[in-house]
Amino acid sequence: MPASNPLFSGYGVGLRKEHYRDFLETAVPVDFVEVISENFMVDGGQPRHILRRVRERHPVALHGVSMSIGSADGLDRDYLRRLKALVDETEPLFVSDHLSWSRIGRFNSHDLLPVPYTEEALDIVCANISMAQDALGRTMLFENPSSYLAVGAAAMTEWEFIAAMCRRTGCELLLDVNNVFVSATNHGFDALAFLDGIPAEHVRQIHLAGHSQGVDLLIDTHDREVCSDVWTLYARAIARLGPVATMIERDGDIPALASLLDELSIARRLGAIDAHARARVAA
Amino acid sequence: MSLAQLQRDFRAWLVDGSDDAARSFGAGAAAGLTVYQNNYRAQLVGCIEQSFPRVHAWLGDDAFLRAAITHIDSHPPGAWTLDVYARNFDETLTALFPDNPDLHELAWIENALSEAFVAPDAEPVSIDALSAIDWDSAQLRLSPSLMSRAATTNADSIWTALQEEREPPDGEMLAEPAGLIVWRRGFTSCLKKVDALEYEALVHLQSDGSFVALCDMLVDRLGEADAIAKAGALLAGWLGNELIAGVDHIASHRHQSN
Repeated sequence: MPASNPLFSGYGVGLRKEHYRDFLETAVPVDFVEVISENFMVDGGQPRHILRRVRERHPVALHGVSMSIGSADGLDRDYLRRLKALVDETEPLFVSDHLSWSRIGRFNSHDLLPVPYTEEALDIVCANISMAQDALGRTMLFENPSSYLAVGAAAMTEWEFIAAMCRRTGCELLLDVNNVFVSATNHGFDALAFLDGIPAEHVRQIHLAGHSQGVDLLIDTHDREVCSDVWTLYARAIARLGPVATMIERDGDIPALASLLDELSIARRLGAIDAHARARVAA
Repeated sequence: MSLAQLQRDFRAWLVDGSDDAARSFGAGAAAGLTVYQNNYRAQLVGCIEQSFPRVHAWLGDDAFLRAAITHIDSHPPGAWTLDVYARNFDETLTALFPDNPDLHELAWIENALSEAFVAPDAEPVSIDALSAIDWDSAQLRLSPSLMSRAATTNADSIWTALQEEREPPDGEMLAEPAGLIVWRRGFTSCLKKVDALEYEALVHLQSDGSFVALCDMLVDRLGEADAIAKAGALLAGWLGNELIAGVDHIASHRHQSN
């Protein structure tokens, strides 16, 4: 089992091409950036060059969307080989993906599809995580996805599944607070029970994002600001977890970087309030 | 239900909208299944739109969307990267519009420009580096980003006009056969129409990098007197356009540093 990732409690944003120039030409006040791994798992050209230059200025977390850790037929070795090459070059702060699946056989949905919370799925997910961590030579973080459908006859809750997964593989967690809110609303579970149920000591990073109201369900669109309910849940999360690397994740309707930094300042303030409260309790 | 069966049912729902597959998820699953299918199809349409913006402009919204949906229905994605999903969209366009070679060539241009953008890096050879080369044994290595195809239409002019947001010309057949080349200079993907002889020379060089063999081919086409001048002119043009990424030597396997 690879060693744990170091504790890191800074604030960052997801690097998107709309902000490349800001990051290359100005001193952006963030403690780290996160990039989508697959966008840089290419042979050459500008993407790799930009990543190298950004890496000279900021710690970088690699966040994948295509590992398909829940695939019943295992992991794609070509994918792992390319990711390993990127990890070796980037020396990232964290390497993460999602607790979901996208591939079965020769089909790849390119979506984060839900895993059933069954013993069989737990065995498969844990075997895949161990294979990925062995291939990469490091402990990965897995993110709780938003879901719109409860699949299979669940033998446990999502948080019980996650806790067992961490126990068995040593993997760590990327807690997406917005996804907790979206899934809790869609499936009618208690978001605080989720926060209480996951192993706090395994959480290394937090995502904050916006969502939309669909016809029947909340949709994890990442195309708007973090809403007040999610900020409230974030405050509860850090009260439970302590300081954790936190970032704003925006994938659609990308605003000016200053707008994302304004949102990030809310996270900083909530983090400062939590630190103050902890100091008072300690005193 | 096993995880593998569940995932096969999910695939059947996403790809075919199978009612049997939908029923396997239970009575309360309809709203969630709809979200996942919308996400799946919207993402693939978005991928094709992003990959072929000039084809989109050339065809118009309705025809392009119909072509994208036809492609999605007949080509479920398989690779781990979405970047390659649209690469065979030109096959769908050819099947739907068999009598529009301008469209086929326009789609090839967009595809090639995207591939060149992330092709392996290579330092171009400078003219100065050629001073000490033994041309009898020289083996030219072309840029790994270089792609080429025969040109029969004015698709390059259409692409350029659309790129510059000008009114594109009508599609026309070329009076003379020609070639299209796409490659990357620095971080910029480039498109150029070349005459038939230069196209043949580049294709020849890609399969056999020997400079002597290239000269032999040119002698065969132009005669000895003109071939040498043509070889020099082609070489100068390729160097200027950063199409030459290295020179090796057949006999000694020495690598020319550049």
